[in-house]
Amino acid sequence: MAELMSGFGCFTHAMVRAVPQSLARDALRSGGLEVDLLKVQEEYEEYVSVLKHRLGLEVLELPADEALPDCVFVEDAAVVCGDTALVCRPGAQSRRRETEAVKAALTELGLNIVEMTDESATLEGGDVLFTGREFFVGLSKRTNQRGAEILADTFKDYAVSTVPVQDALHLKSFCSMAGPGLIAIGSSEAAQKALKIMQQMSDHRYDKLTLPDDSAANCIYMNLPSKGDVLLHCTPEEFPESAKVFEKLKDHMLIPVTNQEKAKVDGGLTCCSVLINMKKNI
Amino acid sequence: MTTEVGSDTDVKKEPEKVPEVQQQTDQPDEPADSAASASADQPQEESQSAEAKSDQEASPSPEPSSPPAAGGQKKEKGISRFLPPWLKRQKSQSQDKPDESSAPPKQESVEVVKEEQEETNQPKEEVDGGGAVTTSTEQTEEVKEVREESRAEELQPEEKEREEEKSIGSADTQPVREEKEDESEMEEKEEEKKEEEKKEEGKKEEEKKEEGKKEEEKKEEGKKEEEKKEGKKEEEQVIQQEASVLSTLKVNKKMKMVVCHVTLLDGSQFSCEVEKRAKGQYLFFQVCDHLNLLEKDYFGLSFKDNAEQRCWLDVTKEIKRQIRNSQWQFVFSVKFYPPDPSQLTEDITRYLLCLQLRQDIASGRLPCSFVTHALLGSYTLQGELGDHDPEEHRLDYISDFQFAPNQTKELEEKVVELHKSHRGMTPAQADAQFLENAKKLSMYGVDLHHAKDSEGVDIMLGVCSNGLLIYKDRLRINRFAWPKILKISYKRSNFYIKIRPGEAEQFESTVGFKLPNHRAAKRVWKVCVEHHTFFRLVSPEQPTKTKFLTLGSKFRYSGRTQAQTRQASSLIDRPAPAFQRTSSKRISRSLDGAPVVNVSDYSQADGAGENSPALELNSDSKSQQVEVMERPNADAATSITSETAFETDGAGAPQRKDLDKTQEDVLKHQASISELKRSFMEATPEPRPSQWDKHLTGSPATTLRLQTHGSLEEELTSLFLSKACFSGLAGSCSTAAAPAESAEVKPEGNEVIEVVEETVVIEEVVKAKPKSSTPEASVPVETEVKEERSLSSDSESEDEAEYHAQPPSTSISTQQIKEEPEEEQEAELSQQAPPSAIESQPSAEAADPGPAAEEEKAAQPHEEERTDKPLLTPDEAPNGHAPQGEAPPSPQTAAADEEEPHIVNGSASRVETEHLPQVICCSEPPVVKTEMVTISDTFAAQKTEISTKEVPIVHTETKTITYEAAQLDGNGDGEPGVLMTAQTITSESLCTTTTTHITKTLKGGQSETRIEKRIVITGDSDIDHDQALAQAIKEAKEQHPDMSVTRVVVHKETELAEDED
Repeated sequence: MAELMSGFGCFTHAMVRAVPQSLARDALRSGGLEVDLLKVQEEYEEYVSVLKHRLGLEVLELPADEALPDCVFVEDAAVVCGDTALVCRPGAQSRRRETEAVKAALTELGLNIVEMTDESATLEGGDVLFTGREFFVGLSKRTNQRGAEILADTFKDYAVSTVPVQDALHLKSFCSMAGPGLIAIGSSEAAQKALKIMQQMSDHRYDKLTLPDDSAANCIYMNLPSKGDVLLHCTPEEFPESAKVFEKLKDHMLIPVTNQEKAKVDGGLTCCSVLINMKKNI
Repeated sequence: MTTEVGSDTDVKKEPEKVPEVQQQTDQPDEPADSAASASADQPQEESQSAEAKSDQEASPSPEPSSPPAAGGQKKEKGISRFLPPWLKRQKSQSQDKPDESSAPPKQESVEVVKEEQEETNQPKEEVDGGGAVTTSTEQTEEVKEVREESRAEELQPEEKEREEEKSIGSADTQPVREEKEDESEMEEKEEEKKEEEKKEEGKKEEEKKEEGKKEEEKKEEGKKEEEKKEGKKEEEQVIQQEASVLSTLKVNKKMKMVVCHVTLLDGSQFSCEVEKRAKGQYLFFQVCDHLNLLEKDYFGLSFKDNAEQRCWLDVTKEIKRQIRNSQWQFVFSVKFYPPDPSQLTEDITRYLLCLQLRQDIASGRLPCSFVTHALLGSYTLQGELGDHDPEEHRLDYISDFQFAPNQTKELEEKVVELHKSHRGMTPAQADAQFLENAKKLSMYGVDLHHAKDSEGVDIMLGVCSNGLLIYKDRLRINRFAWPKILKISYKRSNFYIKIRPGEAEQFESTVGFKLPNHRAAKRVWKVCVEHHTFFRLVSPEQPTKTKFLTLGSKFRYSGRTQAQTRQASSLIDRPAPAFQRTSSKRISRSLDGAPVVNVSDYSQADGAGENSPALELNSDSKSQQVEVMERPNADAATSITSETAFETDGAGAPQRKDLDKTQEDVLKHQASISELKRSFMEATPEPRPSQWDKHLTGSPATTLRLQTHGSLEEELTSLFLSKACFSGLAGSCSTAAAPAESAEVKPEGNEVIEVVEETVVIEEVVKAKPKSSTPEASVPVETEVKEERSLSSDSESEDEAEYHAQPPSTSISTQQIKEEPEEEQEAELSQQAPPSAIESQPSAEAADPGPAAEEEKAAQPHEEERTDKPLLTPDEAPNGHAPQGEAPPSPQTAAADEEEPHIVNGSASRVETEHLPQVICCSEPPVVKTEMVTISDTFAAQKTEISTKEVPIVHTETKTITYEAAQLDGNGDGEPGVLMTAQTITSESLCTTTTTHITKTLKGGQSETRIEKRIVITGDSDIDHDQALAQAIKEAKEQHPDMSVTRVVVHKETELAEDED
């Protein structure tokens, strides 16, 4: 029986984008750290491999564009929910054109494409947390109110609440979904504050998985047919304490994925893919 | 005011009398009549002017079109129109009795007129109105009966009661009796009895015939009742009925009838006659009966006010006073959207909810995505048309349905595609699926109101089952769950919510919103009060009978809460009623069990639907539903427009059989549905009170029972307020020279909030309190009674009202605060004193007069106030419409009046005690907080809140409310005067300690007696604080009727369990 809002975490496809050479030098970053391009590429390949081989997703890989140093972070270019894709308008000027290839690819997949034509709107996918029942949109340097409004107009079925984001690039820099109704959240004050706001704004109850490290709270949850609950999360090398927390999730298939190098350019695990469910349940 | 008063008293008296009458069955009617007449007379006198006014008002309003004429006897034109449908039907039964019907009615009408003349002096209106209206009814009826019935309904909201009444009325209405005087009534009755007996035999046949001819809804209803009746038929009953009828008749002298037009959810119109003064309830129940709806608490009637704003009809109030000059045109719709529709008991309820949601979706009120439009649309098709039939369902078969605000071809194609996938689904299942999906939509059940935030930014306030949502454009920018809200209030065009402090915060914060106008502010406030009560409380707050409360809106939701309605519906024991499904524009007639349908049938359905149930029966073999069998019959009985399918006498028997047969099937069906429900429920846990309970960790006291506190406070406050009313000062300073008492509250900070004079404070104190053997709460209530003070009230009940959510608090301590804010208050007083004196004339008068004059004075200001500023019910205030009369009501009557917050001193207290507010609340996260509210009845009233935080280990909540009546002479406390005598009396009872301190002082030539009572009520949740408090107040009033209350301070101290959400 067809039902709305079912199947949270069910995905069939993943869209990724290769790492451009320019990333090491030109990618935006808040830390000013040197990035080892090779390591980034290794991480990327591991990431794609997990999606493709370990999880059996159909991976759609877009070629890198040297003019877009941040293009590997495709998440920011589009928000896909159900059969609708909202093509974002990144707040960072240098990233605006990343959406072109993404839009083309999504169109190819047959999704309903919604574009943000409003010049005043900015929205990056990294600020969009979809919980399965509603959206939270972080109001950050990259995302503004207008962008959130357009998202709300695009996904009318869902409540869209705004959450101010402080001390972080994106909302999902310190949180993400770790399961149905389970929010992974960092321990920082900013993260906790944001969580509180989200809880207050929501009609639904969420459990929380608190992680010592904010960055570790960015993980990827999927619910796959033959695998059940799957969670891609940080490695023990990177965040030992947080990794321990993840390891307590007994029911999940836990897959640590290295993200050390990309983190230097503010990239989280979720940033590197757009997950899509092409299996129509309606 | 007056009007209300009158009506109120009526109400009160009536119930008592009716029963008596019934008991007397065989006895002469005299006693009953006399009683009835007496009761009737009294109120009417009081409210003469009021009534007159109201009549005038009413008359201008366009007369509703005459009801569909069923028959054709026009003898009773005027009268007939007054008759409720069921009566008409009955009449039809008795039609054959020519003599009775024809002659008596006329006389009746005349009589009525006379009475009215006497009472109201406006005979003409009535006569004219009656004559003009006309039309219709075939049967001869008696005005009296009608009146009675409607009256009865008003009085007794309960369905059962109503039904009884109806049956009674239907049983035998004999036209003749009413006309006659009391003396002759007996004889008449006997005659009637005989006649009835004779005729009863013939009745059945007659009925059958008539029914066959006429398929009007009214008749159907009548049939139902008749059936019931017939089973019982007994002469005694008849007699009783008669008696009651008579008595009631006398009570209600006015019987203007008006036709109400109600737009139902399927777009059809339902018309019914109601007495002009009927309450909303009457009409609402009529509609529900028509729809055969039992789970009616989710629904409501709305109308458009003069500003074209949609307003909910308050069922507890007179219709006319709510709609004012607007048309008697209503819309039946869902008022409270059940968060989990699968928990509704009956399919018919779900179906109605579906109809509402389809409207919401089509109008754009409930936004959804393309996919959702398609999915919901497909369920709609399945529900209305049954399985997709490629032969008959060409692409355009759905063009009559509107699935979305902007319906595209693409959408329709998608809908059809999905429709095909629902093959085999019964209409009930399709509805259930529809609802399961619709309920997940973020705007499901959200009632939006335009507003501006404090910075003038346009926002929307969304009231829903969980609380209040704040939207900016489409974005949710804030949300206040009910547990988070301490108080809801409005003042002028502002709407305020007081927020429970968070863990880290010490003080509550108040968030204000600017509504477009005062009415809008009030509307959103009311909606909030209703939603809070319906969804959050287990039972509604008892309307405080307090008549003390004159200020502010007394509005409370008085219907059943969701919890109650669920409980009630769990008791529903009837076979699933057959009902006709109709799509909004065309009538499709797939029945529940019979997903059917030929396109060709549809066209016929519109016109001939009623008569051709047979067509529907054909419906289809495809449906696997067992229910098909039964349904058809039921349908036959039901006309499309008609409310319910019940059987006619003639056809009834066979049909019943069918029903019985299918009963099993129905049960099966329901069982499967209930399974569905279960799965749904499991899937989506509802945020329910239970969850709140969980939050209250370690607080055993979570029991939902508390609530009383809020009301307690309310009463107290009102007490003050009422006094204020007397003095007639809009703003005056608080008199209270009250000597400082031991301060139990240590003020840490003061929050001064501007409070308008008219403030009703009902604070919700929510806390979970650990049960400990030691008394945890003490409720000292101090009532200061001062002689020689008369207060004037400002009668603006409307401008402002507050509503405090009532979570369960176990204990309340009330304390007098006078001293705490001592300095501050004094300051306030001094500042305010001058203005008050100047502004309020009444108060000035009151001040000067010596003690002897006091009473008079008190009365005077009252009157003046009334005339000048009639108290308005919240609804009316804005427009300055004061339908209520100006006759000076006696204090008692005034007090008695429930609806109107108006009150008079002495009587008020009594009333109050009679009714103890009992509310069950969900427990809330306890907060440690102390709050003090001081309300002075000054035009620039102020509210001072002082939070105390002296809480060591035990968390307590302390709340103090002070009301101070205006002090006229200004020499209040500042001038000590000469102390004549002083005396202190202490009495103790179980959990109450009363300390009475009486001082007599000589001030400026006047002797003043001041009595201070300090009542400390202690105990845990088992103690009914309200009662104790009410009792205390009552006693105070009774003991010193000649004194006025100048100050009431309620201080609650409650231990809280630690927790916060």
